[in-house]
Amino acid sequence: MIAIINTGCANINSVRFAFERLGVTPEVITDPQQLVHFDRAILPGVGHAKVAMERLTSSGWNAAIDEYQKPLMGICLGMQLLCDKTAEGDINCLGKIPGVISQLDVKDLTAPHMGWNNLSECIKHPLTENINSDDQVYFVHSFAHAVSSVTLAQSEYGQRFSAIVAKDNYAGMQFHPERSAKIGATLLQNFLNWQL
Amino acid sequence: MLSKRIIPCLDVKNGQVVKGVKFKGHEVVGDILDLAKLYSEAGADELVFYEISASVEKRLLDVNWVENIARHIDIPFCVAGGIKSVADAAKVLEQGADKISINSPAIARPELIKELHDEFGKQCVVVGIDSFYDEQSDEYLVYQLTGDPNASSRTRYKTQDWVRKVQELGAGEIVLNCMNQDGVRKGYDNDQLSQIRAICDVPLIASGGAGTMQDFADVFTSSHVDGALAASVFHKNIINIKELKQFLATQNIASRLCN
Repeated sequence: MIAIINTGCANINSVRFAFERLGVTPEVITDPQQLVHFDRAILPGVGHAKVAMERLTSSGWNAAIDEYQKPLMGICLGMQLLCDKTAEGDINCLGKIPGVISQLDVKDLTAPHMGWNNLSECIKHPLTENINSDDQVYFVHSFAHAVSSVTLAQSEYGQRFSAIVAKDNYAGMQFHPERSAKIGATLLQNFLNWQL
Repeated sequence: MLSKRIIPCLDVKNGQVVKGVKFKGHEVVGDILDLAKLYSEAGADELVFYEISASVEKRLLDVNWVENIARHIDIPFCVAGGIKSVADAAKVLEQGADKISINSPAIARPELIKELHDEFGKQCVVVGIDSFYDEQSDEYLVYQLTGDPNASSRTRYKTQDWVRKVQELGAGEIVLNCMNQDGVRKGYDNDQLSQIRAICDVPLIASGGAGTMQDFADVFTSSHVDGALAASVFHKNIINIKELKQFLATQNIASRLCN
């Protein structure tokens, strides 16, 4: 059974439907105490980091996510919230994935980074199974995680940044797999198949 | 490299997809979900749905079909039609839309752009602009309520001024509908789009005039837009999306090729 953590953000339905297209029915949970009963979990997120982080903290999600030992993956802002801290609102995050989130240096390109972009430098991992370095996924973001030892795949927009990260049982995707057509479906299936 | 986006536009009226020429004389093209599926499977990068009668009838679009799209479509989509408040936008986004687009309601009350930006983030606030080239004054002028020829009217804004203003208010993307080109398939208005590109720091989407695959290549290379929106060439099977993307790739335009 897979849980979608209800952070009160708007794209929960999109994530739920994407899993339903893969034949699994996630449960959207609002009580942190429910989390431990699920085999794996998704932390979705869109919007402003500070607002989302305050919402997680005030609902008591920090401890539940901290103690969770099964696969848990953040999507977009959800991924950023799993990291150490973010420049968006200058706040500490959940600290489960090493690295800080900084504003993407887009140079002379338009911001936000919005649209389909390539994955590159994919490192072999259950989450990158059947993914090739020229596969494209759908991004919408202005902040990003710098490439480091936890990076499983990169992308580039003005600068290189982490597209997929993983550390222990925690993972994150900066793009929206739920809106990334067949490649996105493959990535979500990889998450379902991921055994620690 | 970020791909240039190919965006089929589905004008919705009474629960079906319709298409007019120069915003008039709408005829039914087909079922919303059938067409959405067809285009996404063909390799469309994004879809835009405009419920064209909503603003004219002063009501919010019918959100029931939005959830059905979100359930079956695995690419991003944007929804427009009579979104006049944060509460309206929330209803649409909760059904699973990725972005909302506002046009006439933003002209009536520009602060709406800022309110949507503050509530949902810049990334999901798209502003559609209907721009008409007025030969007499040699100026681009903003029109509103173009979903109905009887309601359509000129606004107080020149296009360039409005483009600057919506960015200041927090628009995350601008779709520029060049009205003189709409539905006539003679090519995008590259002069106007280049002028707007020069003052537009957010993603800019070209709309109106696509007739051939070369028109798409031209708008990307000469106007540097981020995406190109089209309706009739896709609805009438004049251009196949898969072939279009292969064509763009041969012209060294970054595009997402699908198997």
